[in-house]
Amino acid sequence: MPIQVLNVNGSVVNVDVPDDMAMLWVLRDLLAVNGPKYGCGVGVCGACTSHLDAAAFRPCITPVSVCANVPVTTIEGLADGDVLHPVQQAWIDEDVAQCGYCQPGQIMTAVALIAANPDPSDADIDAAMSENVCRCGTYVRIRAAIKRAAAQIRTNP
Amino acid sequence: MTDQLAPAPPLVESVQHDAPPGDTTRRRFIGYLLATPMLAVAVRLELDDADRAAALPEPSDLIDLGDLIIAAEAAYQYNLRLDVTADNRVRFELPRLEKGQGVATALTLIVADEIDARLADTDVVLSDARLDRPFTITGSSNNVRAMWGPARVVAAAARARLVTAASRRWNVPAHTLVTRDTMVVAPDGRSATYGELSAEAAAVLIPAVPSTTKPASQRRLIGTPTGRVDARDIVTGKAQYALDVDVPGAVPTVVARPPDIKGTVITYDDTVARAMSGVVAVTRIPSGIAVSARTYDEALKARDALQIHWARGPLAGVSDATIRQRLKQINLPLTVPGILVGKVDATFEFPYVAHAPLEVQSAVADVRADRAEVWIASQTPVFALQEVAAAVGLPQHAVTLHVTRAGGSFGRRLFCEPAVEAALVSKAIGRPVKLMWTRVDDMRHGRFRPMSQHSLRATFLLGNVLSFEHRVAAAETDFRHGFGEMLTAAGAELYNGGYGQTAFHTTTKVPYDFPVVDQLLVEQDFGVPTGSWRAIYSGFTATANEIMVDELARRLGKDPVLFRRQRLETARTRAVLDRVATAGSWGRPMTPGTAQGVAIHEEYRSSVAYLVEIDTRGVEPRATKVVVAVDVGVPINPKGLEAQLQGAFIDAWSTMFRAQAHIDDGRVRESSFSDFRWARMQHSPPVMEVHVLPPTTDEPGGAGELGIPAASAAAVNAYARATGTSPRRFPIGQ
Repeated sequence: MPIQVLNVNGSVVNVDVPDDMAMLWVLRDLLAVNGPKYGCGVGVCGACTSHLDAAAFRPCITPVSVCANVPVTTIEGLADGDVLHPVQQAWIDEDVAQCGYCQPGQIMTAVALIAANPDPSDADIDAAMSENVCRCGTYVRIRAAIKRAAAQIRTNP
Repeated sequence: MTDQLAPAPPLVESVQHDAPPGDTTRRRFIGYLLATPMLAVAVRLELDDADRAAALPEPSDLIDLGDLIIAAEAAYQYNLRLDVTADNRVRFELPRLEKGQGVATALTLIVADEIDARLADTDVVLSDARLDRPFTITGSSNNVRAMWGPARVVAAAARARLVTAASRRWNVPAHTLVTRDTMVVAPDGRSATYGELSAEAAAVLIPAVPSTTKPASQRRLIGTPTGRVDARDIVTGKAQYALDVDVPGAVPTVVARPPDIKGTVITYDDTVARAMSGVVAVTRIPSGIAVSARTYDEALKARDALQIHWARGPLAGVSDATIRQRLKQINLPLTVPGILVGKVDATFEFPYVAHAPLEVQSAVADVRADRAEVWIASQTPVFALQEVAAAVGLPQHAVTLHVTRAGGSFGRRLFCEPAVEAALVSKAIGRPVKLMWTRVDDMRHGRFRPMSQHSLRATFLLGNVLSFEHRVAAAETDFRHGFGEMLTAAGAELYNGGYGQTAFHTTTKVPYDFPVVDQLLVEQDFGVPTGSWRAIYSGFTATANEIMVDELARRLGKDPVLFRRQRLETARTRAVLDRVATAGSWGRPMTPGTAQGVAIHEEYRSSVAYLVEIDTRGVEPRATKVVVAVDVGVPINPKGLEAQLQGAFIDAWSTMFRAQAHIDDGRVRESSFSDFRWARMQHSPPVMEVHVLPPTTDEPGGAGELGIPAASAAAVNAYARATGTSPRRFPIGQ
């Protein structure tokens, strides 16, 4: 099997897996990076959303070979040491989570949204978050947390 | 998750005779000190046989299903454990499942408040299944109701011993000492942390101060809006669900399942699959063919390479229409004639709905020759333990079952299929196994809120309601998760027809002073797997009632708020209705195509009202604003309470307007969140405000399921008013 050279959350690791293995299972089963969650396996729920370079992507439908030599950031790699990313902090300040299972994906999607659009409107949030399911129904707090984080980042870029 | 405590050591009995809160002389209270070097308190109510009978509530005292569940657990309710560790942490083992409803945070507040610890020093962990708590169940929104007394009692017992230990150390009278911030403080300013005192406290057999619980006036934390205690773990990805637990060597495992509900394997060929990359084993189990591999990716690919010849399932030829027709046939007739009076008749149809928690069904099992260890997010841990023990042929005491946090449940985790499957595979292959259902498995082989048909009639004369009848025909709800044994233990006088009838009649009350109210349920098992779904029977029955009440008010030419207000039986429900009417500006002018709708619900000793504003002018309707008011008696954590009522609205919107599970020729049509049309951000109201009423009693009510009926009916009532229609079949958008 080919050796894949991966850069996950700043660490370079080699894994010996087929090119077409879904990145989600490389992360979870081989690297013990368990923050990205399985929710559907077909890219429709968003629970595994992480970043490939700076773009949000779905590890459950992305072959590992696509990720080779490109920085991958999961929820575990978002904070700067003990200092949380403003979006993570906003999630705590708004007490967003219920069961928490979808929230790593929601947060990673929101980080990409704010990076692309520093002052998202309600309609922008509707569009950007439309592919992340929260079964507990925390949407109203996710919306508030995105606005809070965006404002924080605008003030303190 | 793996830092398990040693099994509870032998007990050293103390001679405490403190009375638990609100108690009578009949109950003698025994505090147990566990024989550990540090303070570890287990408290239990000790009753002799006569007392035991007397202490259990009479069936006639049981108000609702939650009371029944609490009564079943009454004899075991003080089988709890609280530890004070040397590093000054107060650790409480919670015999409930944290599944997003916030029970761990609520209990952290309750325990920390009672023992006078800082919130940050208090840990609430999920208890393993305990055979000495046989009827433990996370259900019927009873967690806070059931734990409110016992958790405070155990914390008060620990506090009294810590105070006594400090009093001995400093040789000052115990009653002069105060407790705060996880410390005991003397009048002269000396202080010691609980951690420093714990070893000495463990030697206290007779506390020098009473271990009575605090009066409400002395509470510091209960009622304070508090963020989830696990929020940081969640936002950093550290929160561990069953499949995140590090069980060395656990092999990822998936199961090839039939296309039909309950289809079976005729023959299969695993030659190709076994030769594929990473495959460890292929195992036939009753539900299908299990494939274990190095990674889930490899297990899934090998599963797809299996050649399986499936037999059709028992529901071949059965579809939604068949069941709908049958429900119409079996529903009981309305009996009040509508002659010489005015009447309103209505029928409603609700579909099957998947629970679809975002964390799929999963479990880890390590089965050895003489013992087994299981990790699963279970609402019924002892039932799950018993199922595993029976499946692998071990005695119950040889099975350890760890309860992991759940990624949602909504009733689904009352059952524990993946634990049994994982145990069977582990036993067969001789290795620990982590077994995961795929989303498709979950949609097609999960359980469902039962389909139901409703026939209602209200009669009236001169503007006065004379009668209110409701006939429910539903697919049978499966309660075979230890519920029957529990009801029997509660001494519940079962309604004719068994557990479902008992649950129906103890949950679905009409809260209005209508002179004649008659609600009847008839159920039939159609073979589609069912299970309690958030709010169980109330989810459709009370929803139908509140839609009917709006139609009745409309027919009588009355305002829906005023009509309800004049007929509601309790002041608490009137108060929440008044609050949403005021806060939500009920009756404000609305543009055509938009409207307000309102509904109330009372259950679980709580009351709630929803006011929903809707806009029906777009491609699909959208709720634009939701105002909620709630009275739960004693709000423990208003922030968590608000979250439950916000989430309940999303459930309500999804079930009434968008999502369902279809049965097509013995199969479930939906396969994922692509076709199970659960609400997303763009379908959710941008504004939801929740008004938490101040305490109205000293007994907290339930809240997790409370919002479902009122939210569902308020949204539909708004839609009906905006469109001038009378919706009859749900979801409306289908």
